Amino acid sequence: MRLQFMLSEIWIGLRRNLSIAVSVMLVTMVSVFLLGIGLLVQQQVDTLKGFWYDRVQVTVFMCGPNSPEKACAKGTVTPEQRDSIKAQLGEMKPLVKNVYYESEQQAFDRFKEQYKNSPISDYLQVGDIPQNYRVQLADPTKFAVVASAVEGAPGVASVQDQKKTLDKLFKVMNVVTVGSLVLAGLMVVCSVLLMATTIRQAAFSRRRETGIMKLVGASNLTIRLPFVLETVLAALLGVGLAVGGLWGATAYLLPRVARVLPAAPLIGEGAVWVLAPWLAALMLVVAVLTSWATLRRYLRV
Amino acid sequence: MIRFENVSKVYPRSTRPALSDIDLDVERGEFVFVVGSSGSGKSTLLRLVLKEEGASKGSVLVAGQDVGRLPSRKVPRLRREIGTVFQDFRLLPNKTVYQNVAFALQVLGRSGHVIRQVVPETLEMVGLDGKEKRLPHELSGGEQQRVAIARAFVNKPPILLCDEPTGNLDPTTSLDIVRLLDRINRTGTTIVMATHDDDIVDQLRKRVVELKNGHLIRDENKGVYGSGR
Repeated sequence: MRLQFMLSEIWIGLRRNLSIAVSVMLVTMVSVFLLGIGLLVQQQVDTLKGFWYDRVQVTVFMCGPNSPEKACAKGTVTPEQRDSIKAQLGEMKPLVKNVYYESEQQAFDRFKEQYKNSPISDYLQVGDIPQNYRVQLADPTKFAVVASAVEGAPGVASVQDQKKTLDKLFKVMNVVTVGSLVLAGLMVVCSVLLMATTIRQAAFSRRRETGIMKLVGASNLTIRLPFVLETVLAALLGVGLAVGGLWGATAYLLPRVARVLPAAPLIGEGAVWVLAPWLAALMLVVAVLTSWATLRRYLRV
Repeated sequence: MIRFENVSKVYPRSTRPALSDIDLDVERGEFVFVVGSSGSGKSTLLRLVLKEEGASKGSVLVAGQDVGRLPSRKVPRLRREIGTVFQDFRLLPNKTVYQNVAFALQVLGRSGHVIRQVVPETLEMVGLDGKEKRLPHELSGGEQQRVAIARAFVNKPPILLCDEPTGNLDPTTSLDIVRLLDRINRTGTTIVMATHDDDIVDQLRKRVVELKNGHLIRDENKGVYGSGR
């Protein structure tokens, strides 16, 4: 009976304040959605880092006949110079995991294959990309060690770190993360304020009922619980919608966006299901604390 | 049952005390009229019993408990011992007669079984059987006050406080309401009724306590409204 009575009180309260309950729900939805996006992007960045840092290579370009670099003033790299560079790289184990040689022809073929749809490849000729060593590092952050060792050695034109290119991408993604987390924080503040206003209004519109409850000696819990539960219900519905949105984003939007990064591993919908209980718990705590604090102020005995 | 010991009450931002140095002892099962003109302190007296206000000085004892020292979480328990009736009825306009009375038990967590038994009994006692499904606006003033009395009494509190319960009613209806309170009083319930309805006081011949400007100026058994008005 008690539960039934409580539920009917909540139902009456929600019906009476429907528009504002819906706005609590929507604001919660937006804040949780942004928070979720921020956290998921962060996870995606971590996944990509793990994936690419394993594959990231340092490329040591050697001088070709047309190399514009100053180090190549003496002309094309000689076979002796090439062998000594290789030996130098070989000495740097275990930091250097593997060293692959790529000839001008191989470099040309690979570029053609990778950019076959791009007009640039039509203009490329064999020899435009110099012969090079592709060096795989055990720890991709130690690029500088390798670079300083071979840069300036005879026959070396330049040393290029793929990680630098990747880091630019990650920087963009980090901005997205931070941006969405800041927005999410603002939205959470919004939802807290809106919840407080809602409860104030609900408490005012039901002052007759609460007045009688106080008079006949209902406990504080009985008087306040319907208000708290209404807020919690609206907030959790908002979390539900947000989780739906996050699921949609990871299941449909992410694979589309990620087409520009072929073969990159994506976080799946599973990540959303792992995140969902935490988001729900967070908003539950926010809703309960906010409503209890507001009621302490506006529904005194 | 209710005891005031040297009680004074000064509202903030007020020059004159609402009550000053009141000594009053109401025994279990008594029926007491508190009379006096508007602003004499009648309502403040009742509010102190309910702990809607705290006394500035002295102590108020209700059923042996010092109300002033009661921690706020125990105030609901105190109020369950006291039924309250007001001049303006204070019914919930969107609930029926039955639901209004049942509400008082529901919020105390009483079982449906108890409610289905006690509410009709109480409605019959106040003379409202057959009108359970009416809404408050479909009732006369006297009937609305009977609903309010039923709601105050449905939990069988040992004390019933009435703050000018007949203030909005015509003389005949007022007398009916006070007769009903008299019947409740005979079941052993202590009743304190603030009023300035001289007819009723003179007809019932109960204990009369008169307040004037916050001072207790008269306390007599089988009293009349008197010359103090």
